[in-house]
Amino acid sequence: MKSKVLFAGAVSVIFANAAPAQTELTMWYHGAGNEVESRLINQIVDDFNASQSDWAVAIQSFPQESYNDSVVAAALAGDLPDIIDVDGPVMPNWAWSGYMQPLPIDEAAYADFLPGPRGVWDGKLYSIGLWDAAVALYARQSTIDALGLRVPTLDNPWSEDEFMAALDAAKASGDFEYALDLGMAWTGEWYPYAFSPFLQSFGGDIVDRSTYKTAEGVLNGDAAIAFGEWWQNLFQGGYAPGTSQDPADRDRGFIEGKYAFGWNGNWAAVAHMAEVDDMLFLPAPDFGNGSTIGAASWQFGISASSEHPDGAAAFIEFALDDKYLAAFSDGIGLIPSTPSAAAMTENYKAGGPLEVFFGLSEAQAVLRPVTPGYVVAAKVFEKALADIANGADVADTLDAAVDEINADIERNGGYGH
Amino acid sequence: MAVIDPANHGLRLATRYAVLVLVAAIFVLPLLFMVMSSLKPTDQLLNDTSSLRAFLPVGDISLQNYYDAFARAPIGLFVFNSILVTVGTVSLSLLLCSLAAFSFTFLKWRGKGLLLSVTLATLIIPFETIAIPLLLLVSKLPWIGLEGFRIGWLNSYHVQIIPWIADALTIFLFVQYFKDLPEELVEAARVAGASWWQVYVRIIMPLSGPVIATGAILKSLKMYNEQYLWPLIVVQQESYRPIMVGLGYFFQLQVAWGEVMAYLSLITVPVLVFYLMLQRAFIASIASTGVKG
Repeated sequence: MKSKVLFAGAVSVIFANAAPAQTELTMWYHGAGNEVESRLINQIVDDFNASQSDWAVAIQSFPQESYNDSVVAAALAGDLPDIIDVDGPVMPNWAWSGYMQPLPIDEAAYADFLPGPRGVWDGKLYSIGLWDAAVALYARQSTIDALGLRVPTLDNPWSEDEFMAALDAAKASGDFEYALDLGMAWTGEWYPYAFSPFLQSFGGDIVDRSTYKTAEGVLNGDAAIAFGEWWQNLFQGGYAPGTSQDPADRDRGFIEGKYAFGWNGNWAAVAHMAEVDDMLFLPAPDFGNGSTIGAASWQFGISASSEHPDGAAAFIEFALDDKYLAAFSDGIGLIPSTPSAAAMTENYKAGGPLEVFFGLSEAQAVLRPVTPGYVVAAKVFEKALADIANGADVADTLDAAVDEINADIERNGGYGH
Repeated sequence: MAVIDPANHGLRLATRYAVLVLVAAIFVLPLLFMVMSSLKPTDQLLNDTSSLRAFLPVGDISLQNYYDAFARAPIGLFVFNSILVTVGTVSLSLLLCSLAAFSFTFLKWRGKGLLLSVTLATLIIPFETIAIPLLLLVSKLPWIGLEGFRIGWLNSYHVQIIPWIADALTIFLFVQYFKDLPEELVEAARVAGASWWQVYVRIIMPLSGPVIATGAILKSLKMYNEQYLWPLIVVQQESYRPIMVGLGYFFQLQVAWGEVMAYLSLITVPVLVFYLMLQRAFIASIASTGVKG
């Protein structure tokens, strides 16, 4: 009898001490090599793992440049993790391709989010971002004053004529190598992200968003041709350095006074403010159809093969806490997704040096075309803009781009639209 | 009768040295630029690129980029992984390809000419065209290792080694070299009762120093320097990543070029050491394996 009691006691002690095992959730992230980003994302993972006993997230980071290739290869090999992060405009393609499943989190969790960080495709939320990114026209107050220009505002941005007059004045002053730095040295996603809003402001677009089945009429219509001619004139007219721009000049040209104006993102703003005392971040010019900038950055979602979408969703919802949004913003300078998180940050709170970017993102942001075909259309658009910058015939180049985009849409059966 | 004009001789010598210096500079200057740049802050590095200062240790010189590079990425791990994969692949490749070449050259069997042609024809197929089918294949192959049985080769060293062992170029090098060896050596050994394996091990391979060195150098450079796409798609865990995938850690939105140069300098060291070691072996093997007909 005594031994039975001892045995029962031992068993009860063993079970009392054994914590229930946490189910592992695998997660991939694009920030390998970025110390600040790695520290922040690992902090969220550690906090989540310690906050409950059901799930344990194990993170694997990848270099950003090759992250998408790694995910696509893993999807083909059936080796995706539970949680992935995805660049906003790429998400529809991954959802359509069957790499992702809808994100089952409560709508209240993202009710006050900016539009950019919401990854919605086919009427369902697939991904959600902790931050957004915005682009602005970089300028110096001293340059504006010296050239006798009006400071544009969100409510009253520069018109096309005012913008070109500003570039003419900068060019005529002889104080700069070029009037405008568009960042032509940055290739890839920068082109559609940074430059397609100009096209939209002219009245065109990369694809027809009413059907998403063609680019005909929007990428080669009158508005697009007017955009193309304006774009080509920036380079042929000597206003901006072209595709052969030295990457070093892109990083430091504005700071060193080579350029009067720069078209750059909020991620570069802190570094510029550190070296330029009178920095101004101005809204995009209005070319006739409103002043617009790009939107959407990296977001979290759940892979289609995840066997634990509830756990993955629990982690993502946990990460949407304002304190993490604010921590990421303070750490890497990006725009927090909510006004309440913005108020907690150094740069985006009321009166903060980058507050203007939150306003830009809120008021002017237009998502890149929300379609699986975007990943192909973006590359076609990039090539077309580079060709036009290098002197190619505008109408012919845009017609060829339309043909290429339409052929891709047709090849893929309309991408489910 | 030709007379050597001392003035002409001096001019010829000067011209020869000028050409040699120029050729040496073409090869050395990029390395010098890389190492010097790795010692400079990024701002200075970029400013120096427009002048000869780019090749000189001037300005704000320090090892800070090396400290920062080690903080950003597990460089030692990446170098270890690349060396392990390179050594494993090259060793197995030299063995397997030399055996294949031995068979193509010395053994008589039906269809070997056709098979050799087919093997060499694979040289024209770019790896990119077979990367995805190969990925699908290795992701479903079984494997028994120290960790037990599992399906799929992804995230391992062997997935980075095995697909690269058989190599048409290395087979071709061995075949070409074996063809130039005197057939009498093989015939004499066979008459003396040696098996084919003994002929391969005791006669042919000891005479094959130059082609082994050449094959090892070519294969090693390919495995160490060019392995990017394949590990990118078959290795997701950092613990198995090679150096070329690791290079991506340094390309953030604002590229720290000083750290990039420090990383490149560090990963170049094993290549230079290996090349210098094998260069001596290469010369020695040429000198020692001359066969008189």
